[in-house]
Amino acid sequence: MALMTVIEAVRSTLDEALAEDDRVFILGEDVEAGGVFRATEGLKARYGERIIDSPLSESSIIGVSIGAAHYGLRPIAEIQFADFIHAGFDQLCSEASRWSYRTRGDAWLPMVVRTPWGGGVHGGQHHSQSIEAFYSHMPGIKVVAPAFPADYRSLLKAAIADPNPVLFLEHKRTYRLIRQEMDGAPAETRIGRARITRRGNDLTIFAYGLMLHESLVAAETLSGEGIEATVVDLLTLNPIDHETILEAAKATGKVLIVHEDVLTGGLGGEIAAIIAEHAFEYLDAPIRRVAGPDIPAMPFHHAMEDFFMPNRDKIATAARELAAY
Amino acid sequence: MTATRTSRRARSQETIDEYLLSEQQLADMYYYMLLARRLNERMLALNRQGRAPFVIAGAGQEAAQVGAAMALKRGTDYLAPYYRDLGMMLVFGMTAREAMLNLLAKRDDWNSYGRQMPSHWGSPDRKIVTQSSVVTTQFVHAAGIALAAKMKKDPIVVLTCCGEGSTSRGDFHEALNWAAIHQLPVIFFVQNNGYAISERNEKAMPVKHVADRKRAYDMQGAVCDGMDGIAVYQTVRPAVDQARNGGGPHLIEAKCYRLWAHSSDDDDSRYRPKKELEEWAKKDPIKLFRDRVESDGIFPREELDEIEARVEEEIREAAQWALMQPDPAPEDALGFVYKEL
Repeated sequence: MALMTVIEAVRSTLDEALAEDDRVFILGEDVEAGGVFRATEGLKARYGERIIDSPLSESSIIGVSIGAAHYGLRPIAEIQFADFIHAGFDQLCSEASRWSYRTRGDAWLPMVVRTPWGGGVHGGQHHSQSIEAFYSHMPGIKVVAPAFPADYRSLLKAAIADPNPVLFLEHKRTYRLIRQEMDGAPAETRIGRARITRRGNDLTIFAYGLMLHESLVAAETLSGEGIEATVVDLLTLNPIDHETILEAAKATGKVLIVHEDVLTGGLGGEIAAIIAEHAFEYLDAPIRRVAGPDIPAMPFHHAMEDFFMPNRDKIATAARELAAY
Repeated sequence: MTATRTSRRARSQETIDEYLLSEQQLADMYYYMLLARRLNERMLALNRQGRAPFVIAGAGQEAAQVGAAMALKRGTDYLAPYYRDLGMMLVFGMTAREAMLNLLAKRDDWNSYGRQMPSHWGSPDRKIVTQSSVVTTQFVHAAGIALAAKMKKDPIVVLTCCGEGSTSRGDFHEALNWAAIHQLPVIFFVQNNGYAISERNEKAMPVKHVADRKRAYDMQGAVCDGMDGIAVYQTVRPAVDQARNGGGPHLIEAKCYRLWAHSSDDDDSRYRPKKELEEWAKKDPIKLFRDRVESDGIFPREELDEIEARVEEEIREAAQWALMQPDPAPEDALGFVYKEL
């Protein structure tokens, strides 16, 4: 048993994938030197030409990955910050997401695009974004956003093995913040399943990434006050796990959805719609959302950044109101 | 089916020095160019009859397409074409019947099974990369395929195409950049047909030739007469050979001309001077080719006529057959969103 951080989980899984399958290679900006978050540290020395520094051009990092995956390799692209992935939106949306669909499965793309996302790191408007809603709106691309190191390992392994494009979101605030006791190989898992991480009878909280951890802390605080929350780690944002969402919502009848992304058009709207459509009779209260405010992006100054970010206190406050409804 | 079967006599496979092509290859070149043009004509007729919703054609670009595609090793090399590349598709093995299936978005069209507009080609079996309507995205895919092939030490070449209008997009430059940095075996083949819908060259680029841009990427390149299939072959073939042997990418521009409107929905009389069209029509690539091989005595007139008759018959039969083929079922819209292995 050893304590492993999120970044160590990512790095070790990349290392293992490179060792196991010589079709796997990594491309991205600064990856040869280890990457700005050091996710690829040490890999260049071990895998040589399979670790490729790319020009600073996100569209081509994704487009080249498409070509290489089409040829039968298994590229893992790193986009340095999720905020910069939009230059590759066209390659993801118009090309990668439709590759299988438009050929009826004659062609497919076993590729992974890893990228650090999320706020709380004084990253300002262009190093803090939540991008998951844009890309979860694209059937054909799988979007994964784990919270715990063990899930980073098992889901990254599953993403690399998947015959479809997978956008693998790594919350940058958690890279060195979250540790977990781990041993041995990653658990076998498949993309597309949410997990009920904590069970309680009074309300259900849905979250992912950093907000999953904040929700778990809030749930412990609430427990001390006699309010027991179920907490669901969504893990895969597209295609989203309807079954687990509905099961967890029905179990308590009160739903709180948490994300850093701005409120309007965020995934909370979709989750709320799934529940409203299929579990309306089970609800005992209006669905609540705790999300970033509807401003274009996270401001830089720490006071304004804190104002933007949902956190354990904001979650607990909303949960208390919901429990009391 | 190639011209081989249409000929009464066995044709020589021996290269004719002046052409760098054998008699058989010259016959094939004529056949493919003619088949492409006549198919496009029949497609437009079907559109005007209300039987085909949309046609986007390559009339005027057949020499560029057929000449370049014949320089590749079919079954080995990759093609990442664009929507006007019917001529390339024919060289890469698509039959007249299959072209008609695609036009009519029939269930069994292996390009996209009715899921894309016509002329959005793709077939992994034939090493043709699936494409969208977004122009030049395929340039980057071509670089990726070539990077993967280089990593695996596979001696293949990727040829990718676009029109000159597409060279304004970032993906054009990003792909050239990648290919030049890694010395990838890619032929970037730009068919400069004079127009991006209504916009003439000078609205889209400050340089005189697209191929001038090779300098920015320190890559090899050339301009060739895209109305002359033989000249195109003679330009592209050495580039393909070089690229296959580790010589890196090439940017080749074929100067051709879009003889028709942008698509079946476009009225080019709004923006194109009639005089200009008349001048270019004199350089029709199919006519030029026929005149040359006939006057050089490569083929007697009756042999060329015979190819022509064969093409007519093939297309007539193909259209009739394709119209009878099954359409996709409505619910065929679903499925294959994700690949399952």
